[in-house]
Amino acid sequence: MAQTGILKSSLAKKYAMAATGLFLCLFLVGHLAGNLQLFTAGADGGRQFNEYAKFMTTFPAVKILSYLTYFAVLFHLADGIVLSIQNRKARPVRYAMERPSTNAGWSSRNMMVLGTIVLVFLVTHMQNFWWQMHFGEIPMQKLDDGTMVKDLYSVVIAFFNPELNSFALLALGLYLLGQFALGFHLWHGFSSGFQSVGVRHPRYSAIIGLAGKAFSVVVPLLFSAIVVFMYFTQA
Amino acid sequence: MDFTLKIWRQDGPQDEGRMETYPISDITGDMSFLEMMDVLNDKIIRDGQDPVAFDHDCREGICGMCSMFINGEAHGPNRKTTTCQLHMRSFKDGDTIYIEPWRAAAFPVVKDLAVDRSAFDRIIQSGGYVSVNSSGNPLDANAIPVPKDDADEAFNAATCIGCGACVATCKNASAMLFVSAKVSQLALLPQGQPERMNRVQRMVDQMDKEGFGNCTNTGACEVECPKGISLDNIARMNRDYLKSQVTGE
Ligand code: HEM
Ligand code: SF4
Ligand code: FES
Repeated sequence: MAQTGILKSSLAKKYAMAATGLFLCLFLVGHLAGNLQLFTAGADGGRQFNEYAKFMTTFPAVKILSYLTYFAVLFHLADGIVLSIQNRKARPVRYAMERPSTNAGWSSRNMMVLGTIVLVFLVTHMQNFWWQMHFGEIPMQKLDDGTMVKDLYSVVIAFFNPELNSFALLALGLYLLGQFALGFHLWHGFSSGFQSVGVRHPRYSAIIGLAGKAFSVVVPLLFSAIVVFMYFTQA
Repeated sequence: MDFTLKIWRQDGPQDEGRMETYPISDITGDMSFLEMMDVLNDKIIRDGQDPVAFDHDCREGICGMCSMFINGEAHGPNRKTTTCQLHMRSFKDGDTIYIEPWRAAAFPVVKDLAVDRSAFDRIIQSGGYVSVNSSGNPLDANAIPVPKDDADEAFNAATCIGCGACVATCKNASAMLFVSAKVSQLALLPQGQPERMNRVQRMVDQMDKEGFGNCTNTGACEVECPKGISLDNIARMNRDYLKSQVTGE
Protein backbone atom coordinates (compact mmCIF):
# COMPACT_ATOMS: atom_id res chain seq x y z
CA MET A 1 0.00 0.00 0.00
CA ALA A 2 1.11 3.51 -0.69
CA GLN A 3 2.07 5.11 2.61
CA THR A 4 -0.01 8.14 1.77
CA GLY A 5 -3.33 6.29 2.10
CA ILE A 6 -6.18 6.37 -0.35
CA LEU A 7 -7.70 9.83 -0.07
CA LYS A 8 -4.42 11.63 0.35
CA SER A 9 -3.05 10.89 -3.10
CA SER A 10 -3.95 13.11 -6.00
CA LEU A 11 -5.40 10.19 -7.92
CA ALA A 12 -7.64 9.07 -5.06
CA LYS A 13 -9.10 12.57 -4.89
CA LYS A 14 -9.72 12.36 -8.62
CA TYR A 15 -11.47 9.00 -8.25
CA ALA A 16 -13.75 10.53 -5.63
CA MET A 17 -14.41 13.52 -7.87
CA ALA A 18 -15.29 11.26 -10.78
CA ALA A 19 -17.39 8.84 -8.71
CA THR A 20 -19.46 11.59 -7.10
CA GLY A 21 -19.74 13.55 -10.36
CA LEU A 22 -20.91 10.54 -12.36
CA PHE A 23 -23.28 9.50 -9.58
CA LEU A 24 -24.79 12.99 -9.79
CA CYS A 25 -25.26 12.46 -13.52
CA LEU A 26 -27.38 9.41 -12.69
CA PHE A 27 -29.30 11.49 -10.18
CA LEU A 28 -29.99 14.04 -12.92
CA VAL A 29 -31.59 11.35 -15.07
CA GLY A 30 -33.90 10.33 -12.23
CA HIS A 31 -34.78 13.91 -11.37
CA LEU A 32 -35.46 14.70 -15.03
CA ALA A 33 -37.79 11.71 -15.36
CA GLY A 34 -39.78 13.12 -12.44
CA ASN A 35 -39.86 16.64 -13.83
CA LEU A 36 -40.99 15.53 -17.28
CA GLN A 37 -44.35 14.69 -15.69
CA LEU A 38 -44.84 18.44 -15.27
CA PHE A 39 -45.58 18.70 -18.99
CA THR A 40 -48.81 16.74 -18.52
CA ALA A 41 -49.44 17.03 -14.77
CA GLY A 42 -52.01 19.78 -15.26
CA ALA A 43 -54.51 17.34 -16.76
CA ASP A 44 -55.47 15.80 -13.39
CA GLY A 45 -54.73 18.92 -11.35
CA GLY A 46 -51.32 17.54 -10.43
CA ARG A 47 -52.65 14.56 -8.48
CA GLN A 48 -50.34 12.01 -10.04
CA PHE A 49 -47.36 14.35 -9.70
CA ASN A 50 -48.11 14.96 -6.02
CA GLU A 51 -48.44 11.26 -5.37
CA TYR A 52 -45.07 10.80 -7.02
CA ALA A 53 -43.60 13.60 -4.89
CA LYS A 54 -44.90 11.94 -1.76
CA PHE A 55 -43.41 8.62 -2.82
CA MET A 56 -40.05 10.31 -3.46
CA THR A 57 -39.95 11.87 0.02
CA THR A 58 -41.20 8.91 2.02
CA PHE A 59 -40.26 5.61 0.37
CA PRO A 60 -37.23 4.21 2.33
CA ALA A 61 -35.14 3.10 -0.67
CA VAL A 62 -35.56 6.51 -2.30
CA LYS A 63 -34.68 8.15 1.02
CA ILE A 64 -31.38 6.26 1.08
CA LEU A 65 -30.72 7.40 -2.49
CA SER A 66 -31.45 10.99 -1.57
CA TYR A 67 -29.04 10.89 1.37
CA LEU A 68 -26.43 9.47 -1.00
CA THR A 69 -27.10 12.38 -3.30
CA TYR A 70 -26.68 15.01 -0.57
CA PHE A 71 -23.47 13.29 0.42
CA ALA A 72 -22.24 13.18 -3.18
CA VAL A 73 -22.86 16.91 -3.70
CA LEU A 74 -21.08 17.84 -0.48
CA PHE A 75 -18.17 15.50 -1.15
CA HIS A 76 -17.86 16.64 -4.77
CA LEU A 77 -17.82 20.23 -3.55
CA ALA A 78 -15.28 19.71 -0.75
CA ASP A 79 -13.04 17.56 -2.95
CA GLY A 80 -13.24 20.11 -5.76
CA ILE A 81 -12.20 22.91 -3.41
CA VAL A 82 -9.25 20.94 -2.01
CA LEU A 83 -8.05 20.02 -5.51
CA SER A 84 -8.41 23.58 -6.76
CA ILE A 85 -6.47 25.02 -3.83
CA GLN A 86 -3.66 22.51 -4.38
CA ASN A 87 -3.62 23.34 -8.07
CA ARG A 88 -3.25 27.02 -7.33
CA LYS A 89 -0.35 26.31 -5.00
CA ALA A 90 1.31 24.21 -7.70
CA ARG A 91 1.88 27.37 -9.76
CA PRO A 92 2.67 30.21 -7.34
CA VAL A 93 4.03 32.58 -10.01
CA ARG A 94 1.77 33.00 -13.00
CA TYR A 95 2.81 33.58 -16.59
CA ALA A 96 2.84 37.14 -17.92
CA MET A 97 1.55 35.84 -21.23
CA GLU A 98 -0.84 32.92 -21.48
CA ARG A 99 -2.79 31.53 -24.42
CA PRO A 100 -4.80 28.73 -22.81
CA SER A 101 -7.40 28.54 -25.57
CA THR A 102 -4.77 27.19 -27.98
CA ASN A 103 -4.61 23.85 -26.23
CA ALA A 104 -7.64 23.27 -24.00
CA GLY A 105 -11.41 23.71 -24.22
CA TRP A 106 -13.21 26.50 -22.41
CA SER A 107 -15.33 24.36 -20.11
CA SER A 108 -12.38 22.22 -19.05
CA ARG A 109 -10.61 25.38 -17.90
CA ASN A 110 -13.59 26.75 -15.98
CA MET A 111 -14.92 23.77 -14.07
CA MET A 112 -14.77 25.51 -10.70
CA VAL A 113 -16.62 28.62 -11.91
CA LEU A 114 -19.25 26.50 -13.64
CA GLY A 115 -19.57 24.23 -10.61
CA THR A 116 -20.02 27.27 -8.37
CA ILE A 117 -22.88 28.58 -10.52
CA VAL A 118 -24.43 25.11 -10.35
CA LEU A 119 -24.01 25.21 -6.57
CA VAL A 120 -25.75 28.59 -6.27
CA PHE A 121 -28.52 27.21 -8.43
CA LEU A 122 -28.77 24.10 -6.25
CA VAL A 123 -29.04 26.09 -3.03
CA THR A 124 -31.78 28.38 -4.32
CA HIS A 125 -33.53 25.46 -5.98
CA MET A 126 -33.58 23.48 -2.75
CA GLN A 127 -34.79 26.50 -0.81
CA ASN A 128 -37.65 27.01 -3.28
CA PHE A 129 -38.93 23.45 -3.59
CA TRP A 130 -37.12 20.93 -1.38
CA TRP A 131 -37.43 23.07 1.73
CA GLN A 132 -41.09 23.84 0.95
CA MET A 133 -41.87 20.18 0.46
CA HIS A 134 -40.12 19.06 3.64
CA PHE A 135 -40.70 21.93 6.06
CA GLY A 136 -42.84 24.59 4.40
CA GLU A 137 -46.54 25.35 4.66
CA ILE A 138 -47.98 23.62 1.64
CA PRO A 139 -51.65 23.37 0.64
CA MET A 140 -53.04 19.83 0.87
CA GLN A 141 -54.77 17.95 -1.88
CA LYS A 142 -57.25 15.08 -1.65
CA LEU A 143 -56.53 12.13 -3.92
CA ASP A 144 -59.28 9.96 -5.48
CA ASP A 145 -58.88 7.30 -2.77
CA GLY A 146 -59.32 9.94 -0.11
CA THR A 147 -55.69 10.23 1.10
CA MET A 148 -54.31 13.72 1.61
CA VAL A 149 -51.02 14.71 -0.04
CA LYS A 150 -48.98 17.90 -0.10
CA ASP A 151 -49.83 19.83 -3.27
CA LEU A 152 -46.27 20.41 -4.47
CA TYR A 153 -47.56 20.79 -8.01
CA SER A 154 -49.41 24.00 -7.17
CA VAL A 155 -46.27 25.37 -5.45
CA VAL A 156 -44.14 24.62 -8.52
CA ILE A 157 -46.43 26.08 -11.13
CA ALA A 158 -47.23 29.11 -8.99
CA PHE A 159 -43.50 29.77 -8.70
CA PHE A 160 -43.22 30.10 -12.47
CA ASN A 161 -46.52 31.99 -12.85
CA PRO A 162 -45.87 35.70 -13.44
CA GLU A 163 -49.32 36.55 -12.04
CA LEU A 164 -48.74 34.80 -8.73
CA ASN A 165 -44.99 35.40 -8.37
CA SER A 166 -43.66 38.82 -9.34
CA PHE A 167 -40.16 37.33 -9.57
CA ALA A 168 -41.24 34.54 -11.92
CA LEU A 169 -39.28 35.95 -14.85
CA LEU A 170 -36.16 36.32 -12.71
CA ALA A 171 -36.67 32.77 -11.43
CA LEU A 172 -36.94 31.55 -14.99
CA GLY A 173 -33.76 33.41 -15.99
CA LEU A 174 -31.79 32.05 -13.04
CA TYR A 175 -33.05 28.56 -13.72
CA LEU A 176 -31.87 28.78 -17.33
CA LEU A 177 -28.50 30.18 -16.22
CA GLY A 178 -28.08 27.28 -13.81
CA GLN A 179 -28.87 24.77 -16.55
CA PHE A 180 -26.51 26.55 -18.91
CA ALA A 181 -23.66 26.24 -16.40
CA LEU A 182 -24.56 22.61 -15.72
CA GLY A 183 -24.40 21.87 -19.44
CA PHE A 184 -20.92 23.33 -19.80
CA HIS A 185 -19.79 21.64 -16.56
CA LEU A 186 -20.84 18.30 -17.99
CA TRP A 187 -19.54 19.07 -21.50
CA HIS A 188 -16.11 18.44 -19.98
CA GLY A 189 -17.06 16.63 -16.78
CA PHE A 190 -18.87 13.61 -18.17
CA SER A 191 -16.01 12.20 -20.26
CA SER A 192 -13.43 13.58 -17.83
CA GLY A 193 -14.95 11.40 -15.11
CA PHE A 194 -14.34 8.28 -17.19
CA GLN A 195 -10.76 9.31 -17.94
CA SER A 196 -10.13 9.90 -14.23
CA VAL A 197 -10.97 6.32 -13.35
CA GLY A 198 -9.01 5.01 -16.33
CA VAL A 199 -11.89 4.01 -18.60
CA ARG A 200 -10.42 4.66 -22.02
CA HIS A 201 -10.29 2.53 -25.10
CA PRO A 202 -9.21 3.15 -28.70
CA ARG A 203 -12.68 2.33 -29.99
CA TYR A 204 -15.18 2.85 -27.17
CA SER A 205 -13.86 6.18 -25.86
CA ALA A 206 -15.35 7.93 -28.85
CA ILE A 207 -18.74 6.62 -27.73
CA ILE A 208 -18.23 7.90 -24.18
CA GLY A 209 -17.20 11.26 -25.60
CA LEU A 210 -20.27 11.49 -27.80
CA ALA A 211 -22.55 10.29 -25.01
CA GLY A 212 -21.09 12.97 -22.75
CA LYS A 213 -21.68 15.73 -25.26
CA ALA A 214 -25.21 14.50 -25.92
CA PHE A 215 -25.93 14.21 -22.19
CA SER A 216 -24.60 17.69 -21.45
CA VAL A 217 -26.83 19.23 -24.12
CA VAL A 218 -29.99 17.16 -23.85
CA VAL A 219 -30.41 16.97 -20.07
CA PRO A 220 -30.13 20.72 -19.31
CA LEU A 221 -32.21 21.46 -22.40
CA LEU A 222 -35.08 19.24 -21.22
CA PHE A 223 -34.95 20.68 -17.68
CA SER A 224 -35.09 24.14 -19.24
CA ALA A 225 -37.89 23.23 -21.62
CA ILE A 226 -40.09 22.23 -18.67
CA VAL A 227 -39.78 25.58 -16.89
CA VAL A 228 -40.10 27.51 -20.13
CA PHE A 229 -43.28 25.53 -20.80
CA MET A 230 -44.65 26.27 -17.32
CA TYR A 231 -43.85 29.96 -17.59
CA PHE A 232 -45.28 30.56 -21.04
CA THR A 233 -48.43 28.47 -20.61
CA GLN A 234 -49.27 30.71 -17.64
CA ALA A 235 -47.95 34.05 -18.87
CA MET B 1 13.75 40.35 -39.15
CA ASP B 2 13.38 42.56 -36.07
CA PHE B 3 11.70 41.58 -32.82
CA THR B 4 10.95 43.00 -29.41
CA LEU B 5 11.74 40.39 -26.77
CA LYS B 6 10.16 40.48 -23.32
CA ILE B 7 12.31 38.17 -21.26
CA TRP B 8 12.01 37.01 -17.64
CA ARG B 9 15.19 37.95 -15.77
CA GLN B 10 15.84 36.52 -12.32
CA ASP B 11 19.29 36.66 -10.72
CA GLY B 12 18.83 33.53 -8.64
CA PRO B 13 16.31 31.35 -6.80
CA GLN B 14 15.74 34.00 -4.11
CA ASP B 15 15.44 36.97 -6.46
CA GLU B 16 11.93 38.27 -7.19
CA GLY B 17 12.54 38.53 -10.92
CA ARG B 18 11.06 40.86 -13.53
CA MET B 19 10.26 41.07 -17.24
CA GLU B 20 12.81 43.03 -19.26
CA THR B 21 12.56 44.28 -22.82
CA TYR B 22 15.26 43.68 -25.44
CA PRO B 23 15.02 44.86 -29.04
CA ILE B 24 16.80 42.55 -31.48
CA SER B 25 17.44 42.95 -35.21
CA ASP B 26 19.10 41.20 -38.16
CA ILE B 27 17.53 37.82 -37.36
CA THR B 28 16.96 35.48 -40.29
CA GLY B 29 14.02 33.09 -40.59
CA ASP B 30 16.38 30.12 -40.79
CA MET B 31 17.76 30.70 -37.32
CA SER B 32 16.43 28.45 -34.61
CA PHE B 33 14.94 30.12 -31.55
CA LEU B 34 18.01 29.16 -29.56
CA GLU B 35 20.32 30.67 -32.17
CA MET B 36 18.32 33.86 -31.88
CA MET B 37 18.95 33.70 -28.13
CA ASP B 38 22.66 33.18 -28.83
CA VAL B 39 22.71 36.34 -30.97
CA LEU B 40 20.99 38.23 -28.17
CA ASN B 41 23.42 36.94 -25.53
CA ASP B 42 26.39 37.79 -27.73
CA LYS B 43 25.16 41.34 -27.90
CA ILE B 44 24.48 41.46 -24.14
CA ILE B 45 27.98 40.14 -23.37
CA ARG B 46 29.58 42.69 -25.71
CA ASP B 47 27.67 45.36 -23.81
CA GLY B 48 29.32 44.05 -20.63
CA GLN B 49 26.13 42.73 -19.10
CA ASP B 50 24.87 39.43 -17.73
CA PRO B 51 23.64 37.10 -20.52
CA VAL B 52 20.25 35.38 -20.32
CA ALA B 53 20.56 31.91 -18.80
CA PHE B 54 18.61 29.20 -20.62
CA ASP B 55 18.86 25.42 -20.83
CA HIS B 56 19.86 23.57 -23.99
CA ASP B 57 21.98 20.61 -24.99
CA CYS B 58 21.37 18.51 -28.09
CA ARG B 59 19.69 21.22 -30.18
CA GLU B 60 18.02 18.52 -32.25
CA GLY B 61 14.88 17.77 -30.29
CA ILE B 62 15.98 14.65 -28.44
CA CYS B 63 17.39 15.62 -25.05
CA GLY B 64 14.55 17.61 -23.53
CA MET B 65 16.77 20.30 -22.05
CA CYS B 66 15.53 23.35 -23.94
CA SER B 67 12.46 24.83 -22.34
CA MET B 68 10.97 28.36 -22.48
CA PHE B 69 7.34 29.43 -22.44
CA ILE B 70 7.15 31.45 -25.65
CA ASN B 71 4.23 33.80 -26.33
CA GLY B 72 2.01 31.91 -23.92
CA GLU B 73 2.85 28.42 -25.14
CA ALA B 74 5.39 25.81 -24.10
CA HIS B 75 8.13 25.60 -26.76
CA GLY B 76 6.33 28.30 -28.76
CA PRO B 77 3.51 28.21 -31.27
CA ASN B 78 4.35 25.07 -33.28
CA ARG B 79 3.13 21.54 -32.45
CA LYS B 80 5.41 18.58 -31.75
CA THR B 81 8.36 20.93 -31.69
CA THR B 82 10.96 21.68 -29.04
CA THR B 83 12.36 25.19 -28.71
CA CYS B 84 15.58 24.15 -30.45
CA GLN B 85 13.50 22.94 -33.42
CA LEU B 86 11.49 26.17 -33.59
CA HIS B 87 12.58 28.54 -36.35
CA MET B 88 12.24 32.29 -36.42
CA ARG B 89 10.22 32.05 -39.65
CA SER B 90 7.37 30.94 -37.39
CA PHE B 91 7.15 34.58 -36.23
CA LYS B 92 6.28 37.74 -38.10
CA ASP B 93 8.76 40.56 -38.59
CA GLY B 94 8.19 43.13 -35.86
CA ASP B 95 6.53 40.67 -33.42
CA THR B 96 6.78 41.12 -29.70
CA ILE B 97 7.81 37.78 -28.18
CA TYR B 98 7.29 36.90 -24.50
CA ILE B 99 9.87 34.45 -23.17
CA GLU B 100 9.32 32.98 -19.70
CA PRO B 101 10.62 30.02 -17.71
CA TRP B 102 8.46 26.95 -16.99
CA ARG B 103 6.24 27.99 -14.10
CA ALA B 104 5.60 25.40 -11.40
CA ALA B 105 6.26 25.17 -7.67
CA ALA B 106 8.01 21.86 -8.39
CA PHE B 107 10.29 23.50 -10.99
CA PRO B 108 11.97 26.35 -9.10
CA VAL B 109 13.79 28.92 -11.21
CA VAL B 110 17.57 28.59 -11.00
CA LYS B 111 18.31 31.69 -13.03
CA ASP B 112 16.39 33.58 -15.72
CA LEU B 113 14.85 30.92 -17.99
CA ALA B 114 16.58 27.91 -16.46
CA VAL B 115 14.53 25.87 -14.01
CA ASP B 116 15.41 22.91 -11.79
CA ARG B 117 13.66 19.83 -13.19
CA SER B 118 15.28 17.35 -10.79
CA ALA B 119 11.78 16.56 -9.46
CA PHE B 120 11.43 14.44 -12.62
CA ASP B 121 14.65 12.60 -11.79
CA ARG B 122 13.38 11.76 -8.31
CA ILE B 123 10.12 10.44 -9.78
CA ILE B 124 12.10 8.16 -12.11
CA GLN B 125 14.30 7.03 -9.23
CA SER B 126 11.25 6.13 -7.16
CA GLY B 127 10.12 3.40 -9.57
CA GLY B 128 11.05 3.96 -13.19
CA TYR B 129 13.20 0.85 -13.49
CA VAL B 130 12.98 -2.93 -13.77
CA SER B 131 14.97 -5.17 -11.46
CA VAL B 132 17.14 -7.65 -13.35
CA ASN B 133 18.75 -10.75 -11.94
CA SER B 134 22.38 -10.52 -13.05
CA SER B 135 23.75 -13.42 -11.02
CA GLY B 136 25.74 -15.27 -13.60
CA ASN B 137 23.11 -16.15 -16.23
CA PRO B 138 21.69 -12.92 -17.64
CA LEU B 139 18.55 -13.42 -19.72
CA ASP B 140 18.59 -12.08 -23.22
CA ALA B 141 15.77 -9.50 -23.31
CA ASN B 142 14.92 -10.61 -26.85
CA ALA B 143 14.19 -14.13 -25.59
CA ILE B 144 10.88 -12.87 -24.17
CA PRO B 145 8.26 -12.49 -26.91
CA VAL B 146 6.46 -9.11 -26.90
CA PRO B 147 3.36 -8.52 -29.06
CA LYS B 148 4.13 -5.94 -31.73
CA ASP B 149 1.32 -3.58 -30.68
CA ASP B 150 2.53 -3.58 -27.08
CA ALA B 151 6.10 -3.00 -28.17
CA ASP B 152 5.00 -0.07 -30.32
CA GLU B 153 2.94 1.49 -27.59
CA ALA B 154 5.70 1.05 -25.02
CA PHE B 155 8.09 2.63 -27.49
CA ASN B 156 5.77 5.58 -28.05
CA ALA B 157 5.57 6.14 -24.30
CA ALA B 158 9.35 5.85 -24.08
CA THR B 159 9.85 8.70 -26.54
CA CYS B 160 9.07 11.15 -23.72
CA ILE B 161 12.19 13.29 -23.35
CA GLY B 162 11.33 14.62 -19.90
CA CYS B 163 11.25 18.22 -21.06
CA GLY B 164 8.46 19.31 -18.69
CA ALA B 165 6.36 21.11 -21.32
CA CYS B 166 3.36 19.16 -20.05
CA VAL B 167 3.81 20.62 -16.56
CA ALA B 168 4.55 24.08 -17.90
CA THR B 169 1.44 24.20 -20.03
CA CYS B 170 -1.01 22.55 -17.64
CA LYS B 171 -3.23 25.04 -15.83
CA ASN B 172 -2.69 22.91 -12.71
CA ALA B 173 1.06 22.37 -13.21
CA SER B 174 0.33 18.64 -13.19
CA ALA B 175 2.99 16.13 -14.18
CA MET B 176 0.55 13.36 -15.10
CA LEU B 177 1.58 13.08 -18.76
CA PHE B 178 5.26 12.67 -17.94
CA VAL B 179 4.70 10.26 -15.06
CA SER B 180 2.17 8.21 -16.98
CA ALA B 181 4.57 7.89 -19.93
CA LYS B 182 7.28 6.63 -17.61
CA VAL B 183 4.87 4.25 -15.88
CA SER B 184 3.46 3.00 -19.18
CA GLN B 185 6.70 2.27 -21.00
CA LEU B 186 7.38 -0.43 -18.39
CA ALA B 187 3.79 -1.45 -17.62
CA LEU B 188 3.31 -2.46 -21.26
CA LEU B 189 6.25 -4.87 -21.36
CA PRO B 190 6.56 -8.34 -19.80
CA GLN B 191 9.75 -7.30 -18.01
CA GLY B 192 7.79 -4.58 -16.23
CA GLN B 193 5.06 -6.81 -14.78
CA PRO B 194 6.57 -7.98 -11.46
CA GLU B 195 6.96 -4.42 -10.17
CA ARG B 196 3.99 -2.93 -12.00
CA MET B 197 1.70 -2.17 -9.03
CA ASN B 198 4.49 -1.13 -6.77
CA ARG B 199 5.94 1.12 -9.41
CA VAL B 200 2.78 3.06 -10.12
CA GLN B 201 2.24 3.68 -6.41
CA ARG B 202 5.74 4.89 -5.79
CA MET B 203 5.90 7.12 -8.82
CA VAL B 204 2.51 8.72 -8.17
CA ASP B 205 3.37 9.21 -4.51
CA GLN B 206 6.66 10.86 -5.43
CA MET B 207 4.86 13.05 -7.96
CA ASP B 208 2.51 14.24 -5.21
CA LYS B 209 5.39 14.83 -2.81
CA GLU B 210 7.14 17.07 -5.33
CA GLY B 211 4.14 19.41 -5.30
CA PHE B 212 2.80 19.01 -8.82
CA GLY B 213 -0.90 19.84 -9.25
CA ASN B 214 -3.85 17.51 -9.83
CA CYS B 215 -4.92 16.55 -13.31
CA THR B 216 -8.30 17.87 -14.50
CA ASN B 217 -8.12 16.21 -17.92
CA THR B 218 -8.00 19.45 -19.92
CA GLY B 219 -5.71 17.72 -22.41
CA ALA B 220 -3.41 20.73 -22.84
CA CYS B 221 -0.34 18.56 -22.12
CA GLU B 222 -1.03 16.22 -25.01
CA VAL B 223 -1.38 19.17 -27.40
CA GLU B 224 1.86 20.82 -26.28
CA CYS B 225 4.00 17.70 -25.83
CA PRO B 226 6.81 17.77 -28.42
CA LYS B 227 6.71 13.97 -28.64
CA GLY B 228 2.95 13.53 -28.95
CA ILE B 229 2.62 11.47 -25.76
CA SER B 230 -1.01 10.38 -25.56
CA LEU B 231 -3.59 10.79 -22.80
CA ASP B 232 -4.04 7.02 -23.13
CA ASN B 233 -1.04 6.79 -20.82
CA ILE B 234 -2.75 8.85 -18.14
CA ALA B 235 -5.82 6.62 -18.30
CA ARG B 236 -3.58 3.55 -17.99
CA MET B 237 -1.86 5.01 -14.95
CA ASN B 238 -5.22 5.95 -13.38
CA ARG B 239 -6.38 2.38 -13.94
CA ASP B 240 -3.22 0.80 -12.55
CA TYR B 241 -3.12 3.01 -9.48
CA LEU B 242 -6.76 2.25 -8.75
CA LYS B 243 -6.05 -1.46 -9.14
CA SER B 244 -3.04 -1.22 -6.85
CA GLN B 245 -5.13 0.50 -4.17
CA VAL B 246 -8.04 -1.93 -4.44
CA THR B 247 -5.89 -5.05 -4.41
CA GLY B 248 -3.67 -3.56 -1.71
CA GLU B 249 -0.52 -4.90 -3.36
C1 HEM C 1 -21.88 21.77 -6.15
C2 HEM C 1 -21.48 22.34 -7.24
C3 HEM C 1 -20.36 21.76 -8.04
C4 HEM C 1 -19.06 22.13 -8.02
C5 HEM C 1 -18.46 23.21 -7.18
C6 HEM C 1 -18.33 21.28 -8.93
C7 HEM C 1 -16.99 21.37 -9.19
C8 HEM C 1 -16.27 20.48 -9.95
C9 HEM C 1 -14.85 20.52 -10.13
C10 HEM C 1 -13.89 21.52 -9.56
C11 HEM C 1 -14.51 19.46 -10.91
C12 HEM C 1 -13.11 19.06 -11.28
C13 HEM C 1 -12.72 19.54 -12.59
C14 HEM C 1 -12.25 18.43 -13.46
O1 HEM C 1 -11.97 17.31 -12.97
O2 HEM C 1 -12.13 18.69 -14.63
C15 HEM C 1 -15.71 18.78 -11.22
C16 HEM C 1 -15.77 17.66 -11.97
C17 HEM C 1 -16.92 17.03 -12.30
N1 HEM C 1 -18.19 17.41 -11.92
FE1 HEM C 1 -18.70 18.91 -10.74
N2 HEM C 1 -19.20 20.42 -9.50
C18 HEM C 1 -20.44 20.69 -8.99
C19 HEM C 1 -21.60 20.08 -9.30
C20 HEM C 1 -21.67 19.04 -10.17
C21 HEM C 1 -22.90 18.41 -10.54
C22 HEM C 1 -24.29 18.82 -10.03
C23 HEM C 1 -22.56 17.41 -11.40
C24 HEM C 1 -23.41 16.41 -12.11
C25 HEM C 1 -24.64 16.40 -12.23
C26 HEM C 1 -21.12 17.42 -11.56
C27 HEM C 1 -20.42 16.54 -12.34
C28 HEM C 1 -19.05 16.51 -12.47
C29 HEM C 1 -18.30 15.51 -13.20
C30 HEM C 1 -18.87 14.33 -13.98
C31 HEM C 1 -16.96 15.84 -13.08
C32 HEM C 1 -15.78 15.10 -13.69
C33 HEM C 1 -15.00 14.34 -12.69
C34 HEM C 1 -13.57 14.14 -13.11
O3 HEM C 1 -13.09 14.81 -14.02
O4 HEM C 1 -12.87 13.37 -12.50
N3 HEM C 1 -20.62 18.42 -10.80
N4 HEM C 1 -16.77 19.41 -10.62
S1 SF4 D 1 5.24 13.91 -21.70
FE1 SF4 D 1 5.84 15.21 -23.46
S2 SF4 D 1 5.80 17.30 -22.61
FE2 SF4 D 1 5.83 15.92 -20.86
S3 SF4 D 1 7.99 15.66 -20.33
FE3 SF4 D 1 7.51 13.97 -21.75
S4 SF4 D 1 8.03 14.78 -23.77
FE4 SF4 D 1 7.93 16.56 -22.42
S1 FES E 1 18.12 21.22 -26.82
FE1 FES E 1 17.73 19.05 -26.75
S2 FES E 1 15.60 18.99 -27.11
FE2 FES E 1 16.03 21.09 -27.45
